[in-house]
Amino acid sequence: MNDFVGTGTLVRLALRRDRILIPIWIVVFVMTAAGSAKATMDLYSDPKALVDAAQTSNASPALVSLYGRIFDESSLGEVSLFKLTAFGALLVGLLGGMLVVRHTRSEEESGRLELLSAGVLGRYAALTSALIVSGATVIVLGLLTALSLMGSGLDAQGSFAFGLMWAAAGLSFAGVAAVTSQVSESARAANGLTAIVLGVAYVLRAIGDSSADGSTQWVSWLSPIGWSQQVRAYAGDRWAVLLVPLVFLALLVTAATALIRRRDLGAGLVPPRPGPPRAAKSLRSPLALAWRLHRGSLYAWGFAFLLLGLLVGNIASNVDGFVTSDSAKEMVQKLGGVEGITDAFLATEMGMVGLLASAFGIQAALRLRSEETALRAEPLLATGVSRAQWLASHVLMALLGTGVLILVAGLGSGISSGASLGNVGRQVPRMLAAAAVQLPAIWLVAALVVILFGFAPKLVTGGWVLYGVFLLIGQFGEVFNLPQSVINLSPYGHTPRLPGGDFSVTPVLWLTGIAAALTIAGFATFRRRDVG
Amino acid sequence: MTSAIVVSGLHKSYGSTHALDGLDLEVATGEVHGFLGPNGAGKSTTIRVLLGLLRGDAGDVSLLGGDPWHDAAKLHRRLAYVPGDVNLWPNLTGGEVIDLLGRLRGGLDEKKRDELLRRFDLDPTKKGRTYSKGNRQKVALVAALAADVELLILDEPTSGLDPLMEEVFRQCIEEERQRDRTVLLSSHILSEVEALCDRISIIRRGKVVETGTLADLRHLTRTSIQAELAASPNGIAQLPGIHDLDVEGNRVRCEVDTAQLEAVMRQLSASGIKSLVAQPPTLEELFLRHYEDDVPAQDSTEPEAAVR
Repeated sequence: MNDFVGTGTLVRLALRRDRILIPIWIVVFVMTAAGSAKATMDLYSDPKALVDAAQTSNASPALVSLYGRIFDESSLGEVSLFKLTAFGALLVGLLGGMLVVRHTRSEEESGRLELLSAGVLGRYAALTSALIVSGATVIVLGLLTALSLMGSGLDAQGSFAFGLMWAAAGLSFAGVAAVTSQVSESARAANGLTAIVLGVAYVLRAIGDSSADGSTQWVSWLSPIGWSQQVRAYAGDRWAVLLVPLVFLALLVTAATALIRRRDLGAGLVPPRPGPPRAAKSLRSPLALAWRLHRGSLYAWGFAFLLLGLLVGNIASNVDGFVTSDSAKEMVQKLGGVEGITDAFLATEMGMVGLLASAFGIQAALRLRSEETALRAEPLLATGVSRAQWLASHVLMALLGTGVLILVAGLGSGISSGASLGNVGRQVPRMLAAAAVQLPAIWLVAALVVILFGFAPKLVTGGWVLYGVFLLIGQFGEVFNLPQSVINLSPYGHTPRLPGGDFSVTPVLWLTGIAAALTIAGFATFRRRDVG
Repeated sequence: MTSAIVVSGLHKSYGSTHALDGLDLEVATGEVHGFLGPNGAGKSTTIRVLLGLLRGDAGDVSLLGGDPWHDAAKLHRRLAYVPGDVNLWPNLTGGEVIDLLGRLRGGLDEKKRDELLRRFDLDPTKKGRTYSKGNRQKVALVAALAADVELLILDEPTSGLDPLMEEVFRQCIEEERQRDRTVLLSSHILSEVEALCDRISIIRRGKVVETGTLADLRHLTRTSIQAELAASPNGIAQLPGIHDLDVEGNRVRCEVDTAQLEAVMRQLSASGIKSLVAQPPTLEELFLRHYEDDVPAQDSTEPEAAVR
């Protein structure tokens, strides 16, 4: 019992610290679910239109691998919300995991937990309180989502199944984060590991869902996000499936507590090893330091992007397997034959790859602010390094890093789609071009972080908010019938759709030009402001 | 005598907080200058302005003959800085950080680097995240002291060091003084400043309230006197500059303004001195005198409590 003493205090402390963050997250999820349900329901007032839309979606490998399969093509609730099923579970998972890391490893790394542990605090108190806060957050989020969906006019049972399967994903990844928080000494690494597990879970279910002949459908069952989909909200409401994530959580928490027993406070599982007593000859410029700081995460992201590219290219070769229904055949004709539909799929997927690469760009640019607030910029700027040089070192990592990621994904998808279609020589340059056109929009979003850093450094995490807004505009702008002028705000919407689509150089130049102007303005404002 | 640092009438506000309120500071080339004040007095803010990290709202600042805001990078090659809070990159070793900072300053004395590592007993192969506060500070100190620069700016550099390492630090600064290097040493540790500094500036609420050599400043303060006289003392209480007088028969204890010392001694010897203990003012007393206004007077609330 002593191992848990102080848990209640820590729970109250966590809730006090997150009294704004948590409600905002909950409101965003609840509003997004209710809003998108309402908007789509209005769209499908006619049952025939509903079934048509569902069949078309199930026939499109792009949509199935992105969002998952629609199990009941006549279910109003499911068709309205299928875009938010797996995708929403992913985001709730991210929230659940992030909250656990925030209240365990982050606290431990900062030394604040040590301060508290000197008082009366049990060994498991921090982890238990983090799990309570994270679990309560996602469960409340799920229940409120269910109520808001009922309010939109959907049936009660399905709505609760939907809300709870979201919460279940949050619980699964709270468990994942409980383990990753024990493994490494840094919160950054713990969050990174959790994100990798999330990504793998999403890809696994994409593989299972898009299996054309059903032979690899079981792969979806390896994924916590797959379990959420298999609850089949509004399409049978299989409550028993909710037990799977609960068992998963219990196993992970047991593992995490076993790890806690074996390690010291502040330490990771991997003991720190001594490093070189002298710096390499090359470590003599701010750029060399920036490369040193970013390279680990760039390698990990690069590997993930290579796999993602190979996977996307591989799925693309199966698309004709999907084309069974009449409406799908019609769509194929409209898109210009099998190559047309393959290209349309690849273009959609490259857009998603671009969005993901943007996350790296934002994170790399935000490093500017974290270096500043951690007082690690100050000693550098007190040497012969100018502000412009220091800023440029991290900005280059964001711009070139996203370039590398996107080209690696383009190369991977070109090789694998070319290999299965039998024309590698043609597919590789086409996919590299399709990847490269994503860059201007990615750079523009990174440049927004740079100008925020120069102009309003305290608001710099607003970069993520803008990113989220652009994502929502892209995903739901048309569903919500937003005016075109609002939809045009998202830079991602202006990227030419390649391969297969028309390439127009104008938007590419505009996006690049705006990105350059914002970056330059970021430099100018940073040179004029106080540091620290 | 040229000046390495000249600050006059410097103001700096953060929102409604007035961190610097017309600060004047002059550090002569080749001297070790103590910059003394409690937490929050504005020491670090002043140093950040000197480094061009912050821009003063008003006032003139000159550093090594240049403008620290406009010529920051150029001037920084001629100085080395040790921050009060040293944070290192978690995955770089101490040795790597020392080399990096040295190279970015334009060079490092290799022999001195090795010697300092030995003297400070610092393991350069450990990763940044595994160092204690004291060891992080040592990393920054080694990097700064091994740099071939004209000016050292040290912001509370010993706050995490143990007494042994503090002694090593004092020796190092003593050596720097002999090499005629200019040092600005911010500190709230009085004995350190007393032992090391040629001149001292005391900062309080964003202003320098005293500046000068320790001897200069002692003139401004009191000497404590204990004397045993042949007869009971005469007329002492009426002398100017006498404080806390305590007379018991032939024994006298008092505090004397150092400027009035001569007159008091003459009066005492008129009564015949049998034994005498005179203590020069410590910096502590000097310091406390300037800050006693800031210490909340606890007694003043008591009568009110008694009424209730």
